[in-house]
Amino acid sequence: MSTSGSSDLSLLDGVMSEYSQAPENLITILQKAQDIYGYLPVDVIYYIAQRTGVKPAKIMGVATFYSQFRLEPVGKYLILLCNGTACHVNGSEEIERLIGEKLFIQNGDTTADGLFSLRKVSCLGCCSLSPVMMINDEAYGSLTPEKVIDILDELARNARQEEGL
Amino acid sequence: MKIVIGEGSCGIAAGAGKVHSALESALGGTQGVDLGLTGCIGMCFLEPIVELRDGETLVRRLVRVSEKDADVIAAAAVSGDLSMLDRLCIQPEDEEFLDKQTRIALRHCGIIDPTGIDEYIACGGYEALKKALLNMTQDQVIEVIKTSGLSGRGGAGFPTWFKWNATRQSPGKKYLICNADEGDPGAFMDRALIESDPHNLIEGMLIAAYAIGSSEAFVYVRAEYPLAIVRLEEAISQAKSRGLLGENILGTDFSCDITIKAGAGAFVCGEETALIESLEGKRGMPRLKPPFPAQKGYKNMPTNINNVETFANVPWIILNGGEAFAAMGNQKSKGTKVFALTGKIKRGGLVEVPMGKTLRDVIFEIGGGMIGKSAFKAVQLGGPSGGCIPADLIDTVIDYSAISATGAIMGSGGMVVLDETTCMVGVARFFLEFTTNESCGKCVHCRIGTKRMKEILERIVKGEGKEGDIELLEELCLAIKDGSLCGLGQSAPNPVLTTIKYFRNEYEEHIRSKHCPAKQCRNLLRYVIDPEVCTGCTACARHCPTSCISGRLKQPHSIDSDKCIRCGMCVSRCKFGAISAE
Repeated sequence: MSTSGSSDLSLLDGVMSEYSQAPENLITILQKAQDIYGYLPVDVIYYIAQRTGVKPAKIMGVATFYSQFRLEPVGKYLILLCNGTACHVNGSEEIERLIGEKLFIQNGDTTADGLFSLRKVSCLGCCSLSPVMMINDEAYGSLTPEKVIDILDELARNARQEEGL
Repeated sequence: MKIVIGEGSCGIAAGAGKVHSALESALGGTQGVDLGLTGCIGMCFLEPIVELRDGETLVRRLVRVSEKDADVIAAAAVSGDLSMLDRLCIQPEDEEFLDKQTRIALRHCGIIDPTGIDEYIACGGYEALKKALLNMTQDQVIEVIKTSGLSGRGGAGFPTWFKWNATRQSPGKKYLICNADEGDPGAFMDRALIESDPHNLIEGMLIAAYAIGSSEAFVYVRAEYPLAIVRLEEAISQAKSRGLLGENILGTDFSCDITIKAGAGAFVCGEETALIESLEGKRGMPRLKPPFPAQKGYKNMPTNINNVETFANVPWIILNGGEAFAAMGNQKSKGTKVFALTGKIKRGGLVEVPMGKTLRDVIFEIGGGMIGKSAFKAVQLGGPSGGCIPADLIDTVIDYSAISATGAIMGSGGMVVLDETTCMVGVARFFLEFTTNESCGKCVHCRIGTKRMKEILERIVKGEGKEGDIELLEELCLAIKDGSLCGLGQSAPNPVLTTIKYFRNEYEEHIRSKHCPAKQCRNLLRYVIDPEVCTGCTACARHCPTSCISGRLKQPHSIDSDKCIRCGMCVSRCKFGAISAE
């Protein structure tokens, strides 16, 4: 594994000066780093290790323990499909299957065009609207197969238009 | 006249934010009509909800409002002619949902504006803190909590005063933690409490911090709750600016600071020692108890951890006295409990009832029964650590011991209602998939045992179950309970044990007859076309991905079950309802 990389580490300066002194802030640092880079690149992990004095292996241990952290970049649209109990009994498995068939991805994957990533998450807490998914912080509730297809088509269309501009 | 919009996460997901913007532009700064927001009103099934208020008085409650309704609402508020809103008004029977509840922890939710401190103070906020700091000793506070009978609302039901007292008695610097890592799928009580009434949590925590002698407190919130974090951050800075938080609170020598820590997505961190590990920046793996956190917790110092709902009750108890709280409930459990009522229920949302009510009261009286035509089958309590209580135990009383006697647990308050279309083996498999993913891996029985259980359950729902599988599951359940350090492993078998206990016939039918009574397990289904109903329109045959439907135009069609992959496409395409699953 290469420890050097192309990430702009200076983006982390503010975070480091605020949090790097106490080891209990590691999770906060990783969260802020992920906000900046979209995921946790390896060179960023080594840089955090160097600045905090926590061993890189320990940081990898933490980064892989918590489901929030990603070691790979995600697509433009991150689909968080709720897998809570209420969503389960109201048909979230059908929705997952449909997304898989439509986008040719499974849980954890990103489409080849880099547009969509799919992640099953435990309860989003909008149980009365189940089944629910959240795409880039916007929640979509009471999903039906038709609704999901419309939503994904519209997002893909938006992305194409943005690129065209 | 004031227009107030319910803007908890559920409301916003249902479109409350869009309704708010639409109302803002419809009003365009009209004099005499104010626009405001409140937290979660609790009637999730009617979101988005807009209320018209005259001062404190609720004049109209409008439900399932869309942005298109903004103009008429604005016009009605300006003109005072409310008759034009009749079609949006809540139905009288839906009002029962709130009328039949007793709200203590939720007392301000959906009433006050959670984004400011003024409305909280106006309804008596921070009076309990004043009373505790200025008129009561630490021991007196603990004594009141003892009298109240308040017990841990996170699920275990441990007496709150005992934990406080144990922490207070331990030597060294003391820490206070609020556990807001609400991980049970199907539970959102804590999220709603923080989003809708953050100052109440802060006040409850400060009283606890004073009682145990702590000057440093944390709230550990799930990262999946961004709005709760934002509202709590705002509330903390408002409280600081009023001298209610920080140094020398209310001019006394009591100082306390509260820091928010966002979790990073690990269910096991709801367990108190795992949460402490996570707070220390490590992998959230539970510690061996004893020593208990009250002796050695955060940074190995005495630490008291309570759940959000537990703290939310504290200010009320201090103001109204322990006896008033203990007067609610029954012999064994005191006070009220908040539930998140979801699933196949007609009226889903946040429900707070006194202990001692029955499950029937909550599901049928408040929740209005089932949403569809299918009959009530079971209710799932306590998430992955809990179990399914069947229909014939619907009169079970809601208290910690009565619920535990069924094999389920009270849990943090997730209450998912299941009907005849829910496969109980499928529910057990769903929870085992969850616990397998969330097991931290420290204890072998939990790490590998849950995986083996999941594999057996997957086999059964695929139609590959064998004689002896049920017994094997039961044996594994007991071994995992014995061989796990923390609550996650010890309770992981509960969904399986309770479904076997009450729905053994469903397991047997899957294993012996390769049949799913709820018609949910895809591999066990067989799609058939009713020749009497089929018109031969060919829609199903044209959309079948494996071309396993044959028949002539205008003649009844048939399905070749050997080639069928049970995708269900034909059912959704048939306009005549001729295709069904067996």
